[in-house]
Amino acid sequence: MTTPATTQVGGPLDQGPPAEPRIGSRNRTGDKIFSGTATAAGITILVTLAGIAAFLLYEGFPALVAAPEDVPGGEGFWPYVQPLLFGTVLAAVIALIIAAPLSIGIALFISHYAPRKIAAPLGYLVDLLAAVPSVVYGLWGIFFLAPQLVPVFQWLENTLGFLPFFEGPTSATGRTMLTAGIVLAVMILPIMSGVNREVFLQTPRLQEEAALALGATRSEMIRMTVLPFARSGMVSGAMLGLGRALGETLAVALVLSPAAVISFNLIGSTNSSTIAANIALNFPESSGLAVNTLIATGLVLFTLTFVVNFIARAVVARRKDFSGANA
Amino acid sequence: MAKRIDVKDLDIYYGSFRAVEGVTMSIEPRSITALIGPSGCGKSTFLRSLNRMHEVIPGARVSGSVILDGQDLYGAGVDPVSVRRHVGMVFQRPNPFPTMSIYENVVAGMRLNGRGTRKAAMDEVVEGALQGANLWNEVKDRLDRPGSSLSGGQQQRLCIARAIAVKPDVLLMDEPCSALDPISTLAIEDLMDQLKKDYTIVIVTHNMQQAARVSDRTGFFNIAGTGQPGKLIEMDETSTMFSTPSNQATEDYISGRFG
Ligand SMILES: Nc1ncnc2c1ncn2[C@@H]1O[C@H](COP(=O)(O)OP(=O)(O)OP(=O)(O)O)[C@@H](O)[C@H]1O
Ligand SMILES: [Mg+2]
Repeated sequence: MTTPATTQVGGPLDQGPPAEPRIGSRNRTGDKIFSGTATAAGITILVTLAGIAAFLLYEGFPALVAAPEDVPGGEGFWPYVQPLLFGTVLAAVIALIIAAPLSIGIALFISHYAPRKIAAPLGYLVDLLAAVPSVVYGLWGIFFLAPQLVPVFQWLENTLGFLPFFEGPTSATGRTMLTAGIVLAVMILPIMSGVNREVFLQTPRLQEEAALALGATRSEMIRMTVLPFARSGMVSGAMLGLGRALGETLAVALVLSPAAVISFNLIGSTNSSTIAANIALNFPESSGLAVNTLIATGLVLFTLTFVVNFIARAVVARRKDFSGANA
Repeated sequence: MAKRIDVKDLDIYYGSFRAVEGVTMSIEPRSITALIGPSGCGKSTFLRSLNRMHEVIPGARVSGSVILDGQDLYGAGVDPVSVRRHVGMVFQRPNPFPTMSIYENVVAGMRLNGRGTRKAAMDEVVEGALQGANLWNEVKDRLDRPGSSLSGGQQQRLCIARAIAVKPDVLLMDEPCSALDPISTLAIEDLMDQLKKDYTIVIVTHNMQQAARVSDRTGFFNIAGTGQPGKLIEMDETSTMFSTPSNQATEDYISGRFG
């Protein structure tokens, strides 16, 4: 999500009065076509984003200024969106906490540990999983995962019940916030593993050899060269995953039976829904201001995604001097 | 603790391609051995087989033996990682770790395998290694800057500092000066002269004068043609090699008649 501030088409040579083209000609047609296309593509993205933002603002605005009693729930927009925002962030964070280390492990295994004969098919398999539609994950979550998790949740309540997350009482169906988070984690795992694997594979060979020649073991070599080099790529992968988790509709809508609560209890039967799932569940029956309200929640989600992205970019930029890209 | 190396009947392969064939040579401790020869004759390949770096390339393998003070580096049960801790290496292209500061680059080897050291001791090693690599004066005020912020020549000297910071028994250098200006080159050559009191040094170089200036013994590699394996043609005292080589090909190469 980088914004090309100004795209210099011809470089500094284009400035100043046109001189006689004595030393070669500046008419590089291919160059112009290429930079023109690239600029056009960049502008298209910006225009699209601006269009979406404008639409959300325009359609959502009535809900933002409406009298509290007119908004669904009867308490105004902010009380309406808060539990949803909370649920969205909570589910996505659970998913990311589970998926981030797993995806790094899977990617490292494929890129640096598995014998080449196994690595390639395994890579394809992971890529394939990324293409499975989310409804499949949702159904898997309801019918397979949730019942399996009930004893696990019970165990969590018994042993870790002093933590607010595992307070209980345990849901009898297993359809809880933690289940939703796990389903989301499984869902974003392939894309994150795929991105991580690609960036791990791009570590310059010379860097890896420098570490090995110093007497590094494979894991030391990975810590010295592969992981630092892949930092910004891993953040990008996590952002892709987080984006998918934040916006995921079906899997969450299928798994959770929502309530308008803010609760850190991850294994109970009352769970806050997420913005996306809430829109999907309520949009068909809504009309009038209720529609505006849903669109306004969409605006909140849009803003949230932006904020998360900016934070991630800032994290990456903080040690830019030390990034592998300078090698 | 310099150690001697005895190479016996070494064949080196990339997959099914035999890049180097039948090398037998002795590398004396506390001396500098130069390897010369035309491009593609397998000097780098041979050098990398001396610290088992060759085998990190998929499909690459070696047959024969490399004996470091009585121990076969390719013997059963020998861990390549510990071989590399004893036989250090400087590469043809400078490769400091870009994500580490200059200071961290120098101590990178010391920090491996939990061999953490006190800060004061590390400071001392950093200064010593950087001074040894003739880089201290240029970087002493910016040790916390990234290694990649240095010029190419400075980066190469940083790599030398990094390699000598762990005090290896043997130091392998693959054209270490090819990215350096004449002054830095001379500094590195002086450095090698100092280092040879304590280390066994093997250097690959394309620069005949450099080989003649710094080395005690010189080995000449050659290939019969593309696709053929490289072979060690002749090896002798450097003075003999450059004045009265016994092989015609050596004489031709040294006097610049080909290659
Ligand atoms: N990674 C590799 N995979 C396959 N073949 C290789 C590889 N690296 C080198 N070779 C081949 O091995 C032979 C020896 O190469 P090597 O790099 O050792 O030559 P060199 O003597 O160091 O040459 P130069 O003086 O140009 O550095 C060459 O034929 C080369 O093509
Ligand atoms: Mg070479």
